[in-house]
Amino acid sequence: MSRLKMRFEALAKSGRKALIPFITAGDPNPDFTVPMLHALVAAGADVIEVGVPFSDPMADGPVIQRASERALEHHIGLSSVLTLVTEFRKKDQLTPIVLMGYLNPIEIMGYEAFANVAQRAEVDGVLTVDLPPEEAEECVALLKARNIDTIFLSAPNSPPERIRKMDALGSGYLYYVSLKGVTGASHLDTENVKRKLAEIRENTDLPIAVGFGIKDAKTAKTISVLADGVVVGSAFIKKIEENLDNVEKVKAEIIALTKSMRQAMDS
Amino acid sequence: MPDERGHFGPYGGVFVAETLMPAITELNEAYQRYMKDPSFMAELDDDLNHYVGRPSPLYHAQRWSKVLGGAQIYLKREDLNHTGAHKVNNTVGQALLAKRMGKTRIIAETGAGQHGVATATVAARLGLECVVYMGAVDVKRQKLNVYRMKLLGATVIPVESGSRTLKDALNEAMRDWVTNIDDTFYIIGTVAGPHPYPAMVRDFQTIIGREAKQQCQEMTGKLPDALVACVGGGSNAIGLFHPFIDDSSVKIYGVEAAGDGVETGRHSAPLCAGRPGVLHGNRTYLMADDDGEIIETHSISAGLDYPGVGPEHSWLKDIGRVDYVNINDNEALEGFHALTKLEGIIPALESSHALAYTMKLAPTMRHDETIIVSLSGRGDKDMHTMAEREGIQI
Repeated sequence: MSRLKMRFEALAKSGRKALIPFITAGDPNPDFTVPMLHALVAAGADVIEVGVPFSDPMADGPVIQRASERALEHHIGLSSVLTLVTEFRKKDQLTPIVLMGYLNPIEIMGYEAFANVAQRAEVDGVLTVDLPPEEAEECVALLKARNIDTIFLSAPNSPPERIRKMDALGSGYLYYVSLKGVTGASHLDTENVKRKLAEIRENTDLPIAVGFGIKDAKTAKTISVLADGVVVGSAFIKKIEENLDNVEKVKAEIIALTKSMRQAMDS
Repeated sequence: MPDERGHFGPYGGVFVAETLMPAITELNEAYQRYMKDPSFMAELDDDLNHYVGRPSPLYHAQRWSKVLGGAQIYLKREDLNHTGAHKVNNTVGQALLAKRMGKTRIIAETGAGQHGVATATVAARLGLECVVYMGAVDVKRQKLNVYRMKLLGATVIPVESGSRTLKDALNEAMRDWVTNIDDTFYIIGTVAGPHPYPAMVRDFQTIIGREAKQQCQEMTGKLPDALVACVGGGSNAIGLFHPFIDDSSVKIYGVEAAGDGVETGRHSAPLCAGRPGVLHGNRTYLMADDDGEIIETHSISAGLDYPGVGPEHSWLKDIGRVDYVNINDNEALEGFHALTKLEGIIPALESSHALAYTMKLAPTMRHDETIIVSLSGRGDKDMHTMAEREGIQI
């Protein structure tokens, strides 16, 4: 059984929802990443999505774009990210790690080579923004053979037949993009999320994690009532951006935000 | 070609974020339907004849041919189209499609500004809101086209992310599309992007090759021996080449921009010096480093300054049907000056790459052989760049 499946099953048993922080590897510098991942776990993260920096992040808003740019200044690409995950695993064998990024780095490395390195680094899931199920079969098969889950993105305008395709190919969890737009957008329509999640659940038994637009304890709580997991990205990266010259302060603020979300979600 | 899901061999396809999938499906259905709809095609033909000014002439450049001392050179005069380049063939088509689909807002990306101008033009005519994304670097080097777009009522948004050129404008347009998917039609200017764009833009641009084929037969009594066109994304090239793909006697040359020279790494020649990868919705040859990050491109010509290329070109390269070659900045300038001085035609810097390759090719061919060169655009927009390059104050 994959770490992700185990984690979501354990959470379900205890009646809790997954808190899933996202940070871009190498932002604001490569030394920051691994200690931050451990601190996120200590503050209550259940799963962590690690962003793989890409030069052309088409689905991301300005906050995550700039995170990618900062990491790329330190030449943190896919191979360095896998090294960072390996380092994280030395001290944490339990927390599932999901790589989130774009397809080109994986294409250039080669699907099979990537699947092998990801397995060695003990990556648990791969979420590729620009790889819809129609084009994903080859990559999914190689990852599945190595016990790595493929997580697909679903959107407010995804029809039921596409959800079923994602259900057939995907595993671990299904990511629901809560709004039409890029990451970091501001508005979140809870009623719409509620309605759509009900529709999605008719077509999949996978746990559903909701992301895009969750920025504080209150929105995390609201969404956690509806979903199985809550993904928070831009809100953390904004903390990095606001204090680029004070890494300790960044860390303290991210930990505080994580704890407040955890508390709100568990209450 | 392509198959149902937009594949040209291993290239093409649909590689986009999920939010775009329903919009792409909707577009594909509309495109498949209207390309078979006689009333749509009649309206398109009428616009091409009376608004764009087609057919564009095939011009025998006799003086230049004589100076080069080899093949007879014929120029397909896309520079004489309304708005001054081949781009309008496609924007007229996509705008009609947008109208039929009930979309009220048009967005586009642009590099040199020709596609932006061609889009703003058709949007003005149809009364549609128009937003054009343009890299901040390109906004600077193509000021005249920025002004033209604004006059036409478009909002030009300078893109400050990444390398601040065409690829970043495309990223930003995609982000806009994801956010405003219900009322917005994205007019992509080249044969790249997710399916159906590479096939659809090609279909709107093949008017170039269909006319050229007929004109050549009328003027010379036979097919041409060679075709030459510049390749950035590759829309004018595929437009000229496509109707000749099955004519095996016709040699075909696609000319990429070598910038400072392919050997320097500072170029825009993915087919000559790149590798297959995925960017902007399709699998194709790209300029990427070992980590898969996209490499910054270089070319004197903003319209060729793009790290990818249309997927059909990648396929035509792999099967060996088209020879992809490259021309550096300095060579392109020689082509620019030659045509200006000998034929009284000021070409766009993009087209100058095709002209410069023709200067190498023509002397190796016989006097009774013919080359058709795509003169994809006129050079008015490049006066500023040329003057700066040559140290002249305007």
